[in-house]
Amino acid sequence: MKTYIRLFFYGDIPGQETGSAPAPQGPKNDWPLWEVFIRSKQGLDHKHVGSLHATDAQMAIENARDVYTRRQEGVSIWVVKSQDIHASRPEESGELYDPAADKIYRHPTFYDLPDEINHM
Amino acid sequence: MKATLDYILHLADNALILGQRNAEWCGHGPVLEQDIAISNISLDLIGQARSFYQYAAELKGSGTTEDDLAYLRDERQFLNILLVEQPKGDWAFTTLRQFLFSSYQQLLFQKLTTHADERLAAIAEKTLKEVNYHVRWSSEWVIRLGDGTEESRSRILNAIASIWTFTGEMFMSESFETASGIVVTELETSWREKIKTSFAEANIDAPDNTFMRSGGKKGIHSEHLGFILAEMQYLQRSYPGCEW
Repeated sequence: MKTYIRLFFYGDIPGQETGSAPAPQGPKNDWPLWEVFIRSKQGLDHKHVGSLHATDAQMAIENARDVYTRRQEGVSIWVVKSQDIHASRPEESGELYDPAADKIYRHPTFYDLPDEINHM
Repeated sequence: MKATLDYILHLADNALILGQRNAEWCGHGPVLEQDIAISNISLDLIGQARSFYQYAAELKGSGTTEDDLAYLRDERQFLNILLVEQPKGDWAFTTLRQFLFSSYQQLLFQKLTTHADERLAAIAEKTLKEVNYHVRWSSEWVIRLGDGTEESRSRILNAIASIWTFTGEMFMSESFETASGIVVTELETSWREKIKTSFAEANIDAPDNTFMRSGGKKGIHSEHLGFILAEMQYLQRSYPGCEW
């Protein structure tokens, strides 16, 4: 008997739109997973804070409001379906990230900054 | 003076008892996110109740505290409407009741923001933002369930059938309301309009000509209130002044 094991990485959940393998059969009433991004105050970036389940975008925003902003953590919410996020694979990290390790000249640490310049 | 105090207690009791009811979902919600949503609403309502009880305690004077009013009054002294004390039922019942009650609170607090009593107006103004969210959240659930599956629809229809008899009391004037310059009968038309709009989206009808039960505002309650109070007041009654 052959057993196929498919590896799914975080966020890379196959969906009908992506044309990849059929979604694994979860519990019948599972709601889709959404990733939540919160802006903590005006002028700052939206930061990933976690994920949650919801039936649609509107409900995802309200759930995010209830789950992630009840202690005044944010002033703006983004939600995106987890299946629409694609992630790099851990086993590719050698070719993707290691080459940068010996190229320290890419860091802006070789300049002499005048003392008057702060916040660099 | 007695009328003003009773009116504030009525507002406080409505919020406290529904807050206590909704708290029964804590840890039992259908999904984690909605469990937190209903618990947040529960806490909002208990927060509202505190604002009103604190004001009532000041009016009553002679060292009365908000805790005395919440924990040391008996069933017959509670002036909440019957709607809020009914058991939580299923998710359809809970969200429908929230929608009916929050829509009423929304109209009432909009009026109260211009009330001559500035303290009352300030509480209403602060609370209205929360209430607006409660209306939004609960109306979406009513629409979702009514316009959802066969089962969700039958659940919301059952909920409407069992809850409707408790809705009329919101608009029956009690002496403490008229004495405080509040005419609840005026709110009914706008309330029905609002309910009908959401019901239409869910493809359900609002019942007409139902027999309406009342008594809560007079302190005559259904059998359910005593059980809530027993659970809620047990600690203060058994260990007076206990804190943790």
